[in-house]
Amino acid sequence: MASKTLVLIGTKKGAFVFESDAARRSWDLRGPFNPAWPINHVIADPETGTIYAGGGNEWFGPAVWKSTDLGETWTHSSEGLAYAAGETPVKSVWSLAQCGSCLYAGVEPAGLFRSEDGGESWSHVSGLRDHPTRPEWHPGGAGLILHSIVTNPNDDRQIWVAMSSVGVFHSSDRGESWEPRNRGTRNDYAPDDQKYPEFGQCVHSLVMAANKPERLYQQNHCGMYRSDDGGREWQSIEAGLPSTFGFPAAAHPSDPETLYLLPLNGDQVGRYMPDAKAAVWRTRDGGKNWQALRQGLPQENAFFGVLRQAMATDKHDRPGVYFGTSGGQFYASADEGESWTCVAEHLPPIYSVETLVMKG
Amino acid sequence: MPKDNATSAPTVLVTLPRALLDLFPGAEKQLEMSAATVGEMIDALDARWPGMRDRLCDTTPRVRRHLNIFVEGRRAALETPLPEGAKIYVLTAMSGG
Repeated sequence: MASKTLVLIGTKKGAFVFESDAARRSWDLRGPFNPAWPINHVIADPETGTIYAGGGNEWFGPAVWKSTDLGETWTHSSEGLAYAAGETPVKSVWSLAQCGSCLYAGVEPAGLFRSEDGGESWSHVSGLRDHPTRPEWHPGGAGLILHSIVTNPNDDRQIWVAMSSVGVFHSSDRGESWEPRNRGTRNDYAPDDQKYPEFGQCVHSLVMAANKPERLYQQNHCGMYRSDDGGREWQSIEAGLPSTFGFPAAAHPSDPETLYLLPLNGDQVGRYMPDAKAAVWRTRDGGKNWQALRQGLPQENAFFGVLRQAMATDKHDRPGVYFGTSGGQFYASADEGESWTCVAEHLPPIYSVETLVMKG
Repeated sequence: MPKDNATSAPTVLVTLPRALLDLFPGAEKQLEMSAATVGEMIDALDARWPGMRDRLCDTTPRVRRHLNIFVEGRRAALETPLPEGAKIYVLTAMSGG
């Protein structure tokens, strides 16, 4: 029986922690932690409960914060979290991922760093930025950001990263060498004969299916996609969804066929909930069919967006699903998305949502 | 008020901003130290509170864009020399929303 459920929130004004029990009927809010710092991503080590928060402050630059007491106290470090002198400096940390005893950080301008001492110091995984395509990497609307890091739980040499307006890249040697993996994903902003380039697609988020490392899902600026071969080929799964545009994707924690998306109305028509009616969309069959989940979500005047890292599932037997909006509302479902509760309405703009289930 | 180990470098008086102090428990708002340039002053601050250099400078290297360091009332850069007895203010710029 799980005794504690934590939802970790990154916002424009620091990190927050929602806490509940296994039933997840009521939530206590703690925070903000480090409120002077925009926090782009907060994750937790499921083994130790150590919380890591990555972000960047306009005054003081990028850092990864760390708490070993569930948020009560924090330390920070950016030792080694830097490019060589003369290069455009690292502005902020955008994404974090745990892989065994290693911690990865994706940063702006796009690059990848690894820590082998629990976030105390970092080393540049330079192979990614050494890729010959790098001079042609261009920033998306949020900048040239590395926002998604996915690792293979069965093989720690395998890493996938996603960068806005650059695409998905994969390494099979722990980051020494990389190859683009974007075949089948569309770039609607290119001329007709260049819509399927080797790289340059605007991936918005990338997740791995549970217990099936070769299956990946992505939400792209131009469509939703599934790959069954580690990203070598992608198939569109957008049929049945209200638009081809959105930011987050969240995989079910145990069923590789189930995925949650939050399509917005479109990239050139406001980027809010379609028809101003909020819905999370769920597939149970790998993207062949989609179901809108609306119970408890606002069905009028829902002019909010949900950012790329702001939706997550938890690891309960009946998983919870959570998302936070760009307007500071936090919604939770304890029944796999069937019904929703607005847990908080007045947080700062929410940048990320992750979960931690601690067994009693 | 603590004073750095005596060296031949000028002794200066440094005032740090509260937002920086919040990041380094135990750091003092005002301290005397010995340094010949702003860069040396930041090195000395980093030796006392490891990690402080990364908060004050980027890897260009230069003073971070949204920070100002004033030496005797004038905005300074890393290479700015420090005269004996100089008063130095590290200030956060107006930034953010």
